[in-house]
Amino acid sequence: MYVIEKTEELSQGVKSFIVKAPRIAKKCQPGQFIILRTDEDGERIPLTIADFNRETGTITLIFQEVGCSTRQLGRLQAGQAILDVAGPLGNASHIDKFGTVVCIGGGIGVAPVYPIARAYREAGNKVVSIIGARNESLLILEKEMAAVSDILHVTTDDGSKGHKGMVIDPLKSMIAAGEKIDLVIAIGPVVMMRGVAEVTRPYGIKTIVSLNPIMVDGTGMCGGCRVSVGNTNKFACVDGPEFDAHQVDFTGLMARQRMYLEHEKEERKCGGECSCH
Amino acid sequence: MLMSLRHKMPEQTPDERRKNFKEVTLGYTADIAKAEADRCLQCKTAPCRQGCPVEVNIPAFIKHLREDRPDQAVAEIKQKNNLPAVCGRVCPQEHQCEKLCVLAKKGQPVAIGRLERFAADYGLSCDCEPREVGAEPLGKVAIIGAGPAGLTAAGDLACLGYDVTVFEALHEPGGVLMYGIPEFRLPKSIVRKEIDGLKQLGVTIEVNAIAGKTFTIDELFEEEGFEAVFIGTGAGLPHFMDIPGENLNGVYSANEFLTRVNLMKAYQFPQSGTPVHIGKNVAVVGAGNVAMDSARTALRLGAENVYIVYRRSEAEIPARAEELEHAKEEGVQFHLLTAPVRIMGSEKGWVSGLECIRMELGEPDKSGRRRPIPVEGSEYTLDVDAVVMAIGQGPNPLVQHTTPGLEVNKNGNIIANEAGFTSKEGVFAGGDIVTGAATVILAMGAGKKAAVAIHQFLQEKHAVKE
Ligand SMILES: Cc1cc2nc3c(=O)[nH]c(=O)nc-3n(C[C@H](O)[C@H](O)[C@H](O)COP(=O)(O)OP(=O)(O)OC[C@H]3O[C@@H](n4cnc5c(N)ncnc54)[C@H](O)[C@@H]3O)c2cc1C
Ligand SMILES: Cc1cc2nc3c(=O)[nH]c(=O)nc-3n(C[C@H](O)[C@H](O)[C@H](O)COP(=O)(O)OP(=O)(O)OC[C@H]3O[C@@H](n4cnc5c(N)ncnc54)[C@H](O)[C@@H]3O)c2cc1C
Ligand code: SF4
Ligand code: FES
Repeated sequence: MYVIEKTEELSQGVKSFIVKAPRIAKKCQPGQFIILRTDEDGERIPLTIADFNRETGTITLIFQEVGCSTRQLGRLQAGQAILDVAGPLGNASHIDKFGTVVCIGGGIGVAPVYPIARAYREAGNKVVSIIGARNESLLILEKEMAAVSDILHVTTDDGSKGHKGMVIDPLKSMIAAGEKIDLVIAIGPVVMMRGVAEVTRPYGIKTIVSLNPIMVDGTGMCGGCRVSVGNTNKFACVDGPEFDAHQVDFTGLMARQRMYLEHEKEERKCGGECSCH
Repeated sequence: MLMSLRHKMPEQTPDERRKNFKEVTLGYTADIAKAEADRCLQCKTAPCRQGCPVEVNIPAFIKHLREDRPDQAVAEIKQKNNLPAVCGRVCPQEHQCEKLCVLAKKGQPVAIGRLERFAADYGLSCDCEPREVGAEPLGKVAIIGAGPAGLTAAGDLACLGYDVTVFEALHEPGGVLMYGIPEFRLPKSIVRKEIDGLKQLGVTIEVNAIAGKTFTIDELFEEEGFEAVFIGTGAGLPHFMDIPGENLNGVYSANEFLTRVNLMKAYQFPQSGTPVHIGKNVAVVGAGNVAMDSARTALRLGAENVYIVYRRSEAEIPARAEELEHAKEEGVQFHLLTAPVRIMGSEKGWVSGLECIRMELGEPDKSGRRRPIPVEGSEYTLDVDAVVMAIGQGPNPLVQHTTPGLEVNKNGNIIANEAGFTSKEGVFAGGDIVTGAATVILAMGAGKKAAVAIHQFLQEKHAVKE
């Protein structure tokens, strides 16, 4: 059992949990994730490790309540425990000194970008971060991102905070202004990641995205997380989750992510039977 | 007497069982078991034993059954086999003990597997005494992977007096027995009971612990005080065919399909959290046990037509005879001498059909089986909306990639000798991770041999120290 030490609501439907998981906290690196199960009948839910503390043996998970399983997770309180937490899974981000690194986080994607941005900064890079959300109330980790970035741009779809528009806008401006960019890392909804890839592709700017296909085991056993990268199949859980954005088949990824949409509706409809209502 | 037929296994009728996940075969009653045991000739040479990878003393246990001592029968079996309730159900007996039974030559062999199952179900408990409370363990041994290989090694080492910890990546121990083989063939309660028996011996099982990720093998030695490690991580990496359309929605590896259903209880969705897409018409590619399990699972989940697509002929089908028989009875349809060419998809990215080509058998290939050759122009389309790829699995790679000094072959399997020694001192390996996908009993045999080797290794090591 993995005890939840602290919970916090970061914005509407977005929660942050600090969870005791000493073995994982000791080992994990930015870019990695865990898989958890709230209870006996629960789904295996992959979540990025948004932060970790090796002294206290804790990891931070930031998640959005999108469906039954994440809502069920969200109902847990400090002092309660999560049944299973397995990890750290996936490969660590390749942190090095590149020069200027642009870290882009969209929506909940800001959470996984945060430890990566911090690590790039610590490795001596100039970090320009761009974070965005639909509106101000959905924006997360602004203070934290500001603290680990040389420059922070904020965008919202409705203009309620920062620049009105999309996260790719400040990126486009930087490119237009002729700023030298050595690496872009983008994490967020697939459409956003594809958007970023299309912006940087013509300029040959190295761009990394972190993919989140549907997973079961996270250890390379089920093959469910396969994505086409450079026309060969990769398993996101063991070969990724980070890949060269210019090689990823985003269309295929999007179709596969929607695989259980119908089932999820059934799940939501199921009223009394589904334990999250 | 000699020509008498073996006793039939009571089972659910095909019509009944294709609608439920309850065990297909019901097990011998005491009377049937006794009558079947009476067929055994108690041969002095006991050829049947030579067919058993763990050398169970078959005539001896059958004699106990015949004389109404099922408890002693199971004790006899357990001297060699820690998981008889599992083996009695899933071993390919027709290729092992029963093949060599003298009765096989003239009539039908003694139903050794069914008798083993009868005895094991009678006495689902441990036979060796746990280490006495307070007694100093002989040393600390880590087991990676809680499949049949790892669990067997763990049990034997605990019996010898070691402090054993099993590390398992998934949230439940059992390996393929838990996530792969379906409930209707191997009830999970049986696997759990056999695992509880190990816990009673003092074996610690730590789940959600992924060697190569949560910790490395070197860390177990250097930081956690383990003196030997056994790796039994199995063959869990699914193979795909590299044909067009394999990434469409509705295409599963057998591992994913079966894991969703067995381990994650997708058949209870939405009470359980994990869904599975079944489809109306399902093609399963392959014809091993894994394929039969996938096909029969799809039927039980409500698919109307389930096809096995296999590129060789019935004679080459690798599945256990009993499973093939059961699959046929339940209505699985066979497209033999047929290979998939391409998976067709709908606009929305879902499977809409499977294009196949007919095959004929040519000269024998390296494996000694006749090589299938496509018949030109014989393509046809199967109307399906789900495809399960059950064409084999490769070695789990996580441990090998993070353990310097551990040699692997070109396929990625760990290189270990008969006894289980690897190229790295103190590290042993066995089961599917060494042999490639094989059988439960071979994995257990490897676990047993490794336990002996580990015992010897540690005794020698300690003797040198003293
Ligand atoms: C490596 C990785 C890291 C992730 N990190 C985070 C994170 O830090 N914070 C966060 O909020 N979310 C993260 N996710 C996504 C998160 O796992 C899903 O949102 C969650 O599993 C949805 O569960 P649900 O049952 O509540 O929603 P559902 O209603 O079941 O699904 C909602 C949506 O999520 C998709 N989805 C369902 N199951 C999965 C799954 N196992 N993996 C990916 N997508 C799925 C569905 O296709 C659907 O579009 C990550 C996913 C992956 C693969
Ligand atoms: C669907 C199916 C049906 C089958 N039917 C039969 C049958 O009827 N009869 C028969 O004899 N055989 C059958 N087999 C084959 C048989 O199950 C295997 O040969 C046997 O399970 C191999 O045992 P193992 O202990 O080597 O590995 P596994 O059973 O694969 O167990 C390996 C365990 O290690 C864990 N693991 C992997 N990597 C790590 C890691 N890095 N850290 C920690 N843990 C890890 C896995 O999660 C797993 O629990 C079947 C196989 C399948 C898939
Ligand atoms: S070979 Fe057959 S008849 Fe002879 S001892 Fe073994 S099981 Fe009995
Ligand atoms: S999640 Fe199963 S292989 Fe990646």
